[in-house]
Amino acid sequence: MTASSRVIVLHLGLLALLFGLQFILPAYHHGNLARIMVLASYAVGYNILFGYTGLLSLGHALFFAAGMYGMGLTIQHMGFTPAPALIVGIVAGAFVAGALALLALRTVGVSFMIVTLMFAQAGYLTVLYFGEYTRGDEGFVIQQAQRVLWGVDLSNATNRYFAAWGLFSVSFGLSLWLVRSSFGRTLIAIRENEERVRMLGYDTYKHKLTAMIISGTISAAAGAFYGLLFGYAGASFASVQYSIFPLLWVLLGGAGTVLGPFVGTLFMFYLIDLSSGITSAYLLIAGLALVLLTLFAPQGLIGEIRRRFWKNLP
Amino acid sequence: MMILSTRGLSKSFDGLQAVTKVDFDLPKGEVRALIGPNGAGKTTLVGMICGRIEPTSGHVQFDGEDITRLPAHARIMRGMAYTFQITSVFARLPVTENVALAARRRLSGDAIDRAVADALARVGLSNEAHEDAGNLSYGHQRLLEIAMGLAQSPRLLILDEPTQGLSEGEIADFKTLVRELAGDTTILLIEHNMDVVMETADRVSVLNFGEILAEGTPTEIRENAAVQAAYLGTG
Ligand SMILES: Nc1ncnc2c1ncn2[C@@H]1O[C@H](COP(=O)(O)OP(=O)(O)O)[C@@H](O)[C@H]1O
Ligand SMILES: [Mg+2]
Repeated sequence: MTASSRVIVLHLGLLALLFGLQFILPAYHHGNLARIMVLASYAVGYNILFGYTGLLSLGHALFFAAGMYGMGLTIQHMGFTPAPALIVGIVAGAFVAGALALLALRTVGVSFMIVTLMFAQAGYLTVLYFGEYTRGDEGFVIQQAQRVLWGVDLSNATNRYFAAWGLFSVSFGLSLWLVRSSFGRTLIAIRENEERVRMLGYDTYKHKLTAMIISGTISAAAGAFYGLLFGYAGASFASVQYSIFPLLWVLLGGAGTVLGPFVGTLFMFYLIDLSSGITSAYLLIAGLALVLLTLFAPQGLIGEIRRRFWKNLP
Repeated sequence: MMILSTRGLSKSFDGLQAVTKVDFDLPKGEVRALIGPNGAGKTTLVGMICGRIEPTSGHVQFDGEDITRLPAHARIMRGMAYTFQITSVFARLPVTENVALAARRRLSGDAIDRAVADALARVGLSNEAHEDAGNLSYGHQRLLEIAMGLAQSPRLLILDEPTQGLSEGEIADFKTLVRELAGDTTILLIEHNMDVVMETADRVSVLNFGEILAEGTPTEIRENAAVQAAYLGTG
């Protein structure tokens, strides 16, 4: 087998495994995994900008929330069915990402972090301001009857798992294809040394702009699916916490690896889940585990595997 | 026919006048050496030519068109290539990927692999192809810079002190390489090693305190008293 086909087999293998797991997992973990796959899709989107392009955003909750509210508000207030509502959410995310990119890409480094953070915060406040429609912090429930996509009831656990798997497969596959394409390789080169890429004749600004739109669009898709599959949209998903989560997941799993976002999301989800079963000070345990991991696997779990065993892992 | 002309090109960094009103003409196909003491403004001058550094005033013409307002990447796409004085390779990427990034800008498919292999062979780095660039010795990283320039198959190749840190043998190979390229590619070569200048350049320009002090054949320059006083230190 060539190195390239080994990579494909490994990644498709994960998708096949996730598909198969639904038939054997107990209900509790079945539900968890559906949730993890949607959140991991969010992390996949985040990773394209942070892990591959080298731009650290602290404002991705803005895109996640744009997707969630673009979907939820059109269902709630305009009587949309799920399919067009999802499209509205995704397109809203793409637009917001493009607009923020135009502003934020004028800056680099810490300023980029601050600008993305400020705009996401403004997005959060906007959700609260229009509380009449969004119901603010309290949020609103999307009823079971409103969650039937092409005759498929998404509040049903099996259907929900399948939809989450579909979303994850698409974003994961897209990310794998992207980072192996010449566009993706240019992004990696920009992360490594932007000035040199520019002096090889590439318009690095356009590349970063495109990367941010792709990243924001995938994040918005995750937000839209999250709201639809779990039947709820609330302002906490627009808060700074939801900008930090994908950063943590990606760091834990391995920034700039295709598998990392999923592994990091899975790891963190169960870390919190298990430690909260043991003690009420679960965040302390989770925090300690994170510190240990940063000390002993600073490149994240998959990053560490790549460093030690599998140099060409994308 | 001039491939490159500058008129009144100047740069000051917060009051420090690095380059002062340079009028510079480079005919197509020539190998031109640019020499001058450290801090004379050579890197700044070529930086303004390829778009890395914005001039304070003046104009740059490339192939008959004014490119003063073009961003760097657009100038590169018109056929310039610049190799950095301070080695600037992609340290964590394989040598092949470093060169492929340069080649992909104008080629696609199998042609990329061929261009990469060819560029690496010309600088003698074929055996290092699969190393990470950061693992190469300093001299080899300099050669990789040159390979990245070659892979762009530019019309104007600007080399900023390419032989700095190379061994005797590598310098000899470099001279051969420049002679092979001469004629097809116009070369602007910033160089401290006078042997290299004497053996490769058609003409030499001398920059001193940001101004062109003299211009001529290598022999004329070597015998020019003002140049000796300013640069060769043997006045
Ligand atoms: N980015 C910069 N900011 C401030 N001063 C600079 C900068 N770049 C170069 N200089 C100054 O401009 C002068 C010319 O530098 P440079 O073009 O690098 O010279 P050379 O390449 O001939 O050695 C030097 O005095 C240098 O210190
Ligand atoms: Mg210099």
